[in-house]
Amino acid sequence: MRLRYLAKIGGMSLLLALLMSLFAVDLPGLDASSVAFAEEAPAAPEAAAAAGETGAEGEEAAGPAPIVAPKLTAEDYPTIPGFNGRVVVWMVAQLHLWFAAFVLAVPIFVFIIEAIGMKTRDKRYDDMAYEFIKVSITAFSLTAILGGLLFFSLMIFYPHLMGYLIKIFDDSMLYYALLFFAESAFLYLYYYGWHWLQGGFKKWVHLTLGLLLNAAGSTLMLLANSWTTFMMSPSGMDASGAFVGDITTAMGNFLWNPINIHRIVANVAFGGGVVGAYAAFKFLSAKTRELRAHYDWMGYTANIIAISALLPLPFAGYYLTAEIYMYSQQMGITLMGGIFAWLFIIQAVLIGALFLSANYYLWCGMGRSDGAGRYTKYIKYIAIVIVAAFLVWFTPHTLILTNAEQKALGGQYHPYLGALGIMPAKNTAVNLMINCTLLSFILFRRANRVPTVSWAKAGNAIMIGMFAAGAVNILFLGIYHGYFTNTVYKVAASIPQVLTTFVLIVMSLIIDSRMYKGAKEVGPMHWGRIPNRAQYALFILAVSFTWLMGLMGYIRSGIRQHWHVKDIFRDASPDAFTPTLGFAADVVSIATLIFMAMVIFVFWLSQVSATKTAATGYWKEG
Amino acid sequence: MVIAFVYAAFVITFDHILGALIPKSLLTMYMFFVVSGVFMVFTFDEEKTKELVAPIKALVEDPSKKMIRNLVFVIIPLGAAYLTYQSQLPSLEPPTEARAQHPAPPSTMKAFGKRFNLMTLENPLRKLQTEDPEAFKAHVKAGGEIYIQNCQYCHGDKLDGEGPFAPGVNPLPVNFQDVTTIAQLTESYLFWRIATGGPGLPKEATPWISAMPVWQNFLTEEEIWQVILFLFDYTGHKPRSWE
Repeated sequence: MRLRYLAKIGGMSLLLALLMSLFAVDLPGLDASSVAFAEEAPAAPEAAAAAGETGAEGEEAAGPAPIVAPKLTAEDYPTIPGFNGRVVVWMVAQLHLWFAAFVLAVPIFVFIIEAIGMKTRDKRYDDMAYEFIKVSITAFSLTAILGGLLFFSLMIFYPHLMGYLIKIFDDSMLYYALLFFAESAFLYLYYYGWHWLQGGFKKWVHLTLGLLLNAAGSTLMLLANSWTTFMMSPSGMDASGAFVGDITTAMGNFLWNPINIHRIVANVAFGGGVVGAYAAFKFLSAKTRELRAHYDWMGYTANIIAISALLPLPFAGYYLTAEIYMYSQQMGITLMGGIFAWLFIIQAVLIGALFLSANYYLWCGMGRSDGAGRYTKYIKYIAIVIVAAFLVWFTPHTLILTNAEQKALGGQYHPYLGALGIMPAKNTAVNLMINCTLLSFILFRRANRVPTVSWAKAGNAIMIGMFAAGAVNILFLGIYHGYFTNTVYKVAASIPQVLTTFVLIVMSLIIDSRMYKGAKEVGPMHWGRIPNRAQYALFILAVSFTWLMGLMGYIRSGIRQHWHVKDIFRDASPDAFTPTLGFAADVVSIATLIFMAMVIFVFWLSQVSATKTAATGYWKEG
Repeated sequence: MVIAFVYAAFVITFDHILGALIPKSLLTMYMFFVVSGVFMVFTFDEEKTKELVAPIKALVEDPSKKMIRNLVFVIIPLGAAYLTYQSQLPSLEPPTEARAQHPAPPSTMKAFGKRFNLMTLENPLRKLQTEDPEAFKAHVKAGGEIYIQNCQYCHGDKLDGEGPFAPGVNPLPVNFQDVTTIAQLTESYLFWRIATGGPGLPKEATPWISAMPVWQNFLTEEEIWQVILFLFDYTGHKPRSWE
């Protein structure tokens, strides 16, 4: 048994060889037998003890022994003077996750852009894809370093928890380490082989490498997600709280897939946001018109990537939250009705900021076209709906009131605005925001073109009718089902709302593409003709995504409250309390600043790598 | 103009027409994003941006506007100083508390000398609605009587939170008719709130700011379930369920 642990630890340690050599740390948690395993289980302590004993004795005959969560005391958590274990793990985990999300997302859309380039034989796509992946190379090293630091931090500050998880997740942790090597190999081959593997069959080989890189990266994320979600919704437990399942049971826990879906979509949106910021950075520092045009195009593409993933993101988030509610009413209410609800207001504001900046960038981008004047008059109406929907989106149910206001209103619920604080209003608002963003995108696409098909007027009428009918349907579902039916319909009404939006997206893009096939161009697109302030919208997009991920990540983790593994393995450390909202917001904000500083460093490195200095007189002549 | 109009519309509508003031924190957030929206609409193309900044530019650069410029440069810092001074003035107002009106229930609770698992707890009388409608009606009726004898003083005989004692308590008693209150909750949640009352609230809900009695000291377990049946029956709301 112990040899198997050593093998797993050894596998992971390969990743950390350099860092390992720098430290000599006693890791008390690696030997799980050194812990007084508890007999504790929330439902039936005696049964747990019995299960533990029976399991130990019957291991040979009846398969693996049940894994019982250790009952810890504050003394079981190692401390290092001057460091708060929780904050260290929190910060490092957050930084690692941001970089990991970035390096997992970039290859996804680089693969797609490369494929588009192959299909259209337009080399600009290939060059842009290469530039995107170049940015992620340095970030990849940082991800690995931070991953190593996270592993060390967890081993140092939470050794027993790690021991417990390693026992349960068994070989999957070794596979994780191996997959990391595979991902590194594919990434380096993909990046360094870019110019070598060009043309014909070689290009297909290169694209296949991209596919393998994505497969390895995504599998890595799925594995890590299962560890995280197991801590929230443990599966494979017997009635006493002892783990009696296998790896597949542990991985296939209740919240695994909802998190997987949410993270994949969010990573792409985040990755698009960060490379958009890169493009904005390069645009603002570009000295020539050509470079401005190139980075304008790059920023536009990155924004489209971010928006494409941003549009379905609220639904993925809603699905995850609904599943959290389904799994545990307590976690669900803690999340959105209890103490964390205040942070959700910040979350709502940040999501609104994402929509506003993405739309603003599109509106500014219409200036690249000489034919945009036909559509700019509609922008103010789109803006009114987006801002109004946004105000509904972030209106809290429980309000922050001064004592005088509370006395005047009689409580935290507002008699009129309170209705905007519950989910039906939010779902209605976010669907309208998404459809308005879609409208902005359609106007942007049309700005430089004039349709030549005979049915253009009819097509426009159909599209106007579709959007009007969609808005009416979304409002009806939100208002009628949201406020005049029971909760089952309230929650269920969100599905036809989403479907309405989905149908609108698909149908309008199909009709628009057909209508503008072979369309006449008003004039050449003036790439680079976009105000500098639009680039700051791209920066806001990246910062908002980052901050939002940090905040929501904390909330997701925090709703376990004083449990390492919800209701199974109690956190007995001195930090087993929910920090104040201000403290949590400070930690997330500081981590965001550190991440942004590191990202700027990555951008700077990519600039430096392209700079050559002529060292005249330094080298020997001839 | 647009910004001033929106601000006035919020204040007049809520504070004067509807008689339910708009909280300062919310109004600040609303106005911040209204201003952002207006700014975005006026700056997404070059012509409008020039139009927007032209008066500011003229104020700063035009020699003929020297007098106005000097006035503005005096008024703005003075205004900022006044606002800063006002915000820093000592106040007897206690600090704002982030009280959670809808706190998360514990996974288990203790009442009537036993432990209830709130994750699985259901109203034992609810099944009678289909199995024995007559008995169900009798329980609802009994719940109504218990409500009138014990609860209506605060929550009102119309369950609208406007009972005769209501003006004497702060926060006000919950309005059950409001679709954002019990219509959002499971029956087990109500059982927890009624049985343990204000003192049973978790810390985040500031248990000392609640006049709700601990009803397990005055009612039986069945009586609490009967009252819960009555609350949903009278308001026409359906309790939250998971499927």
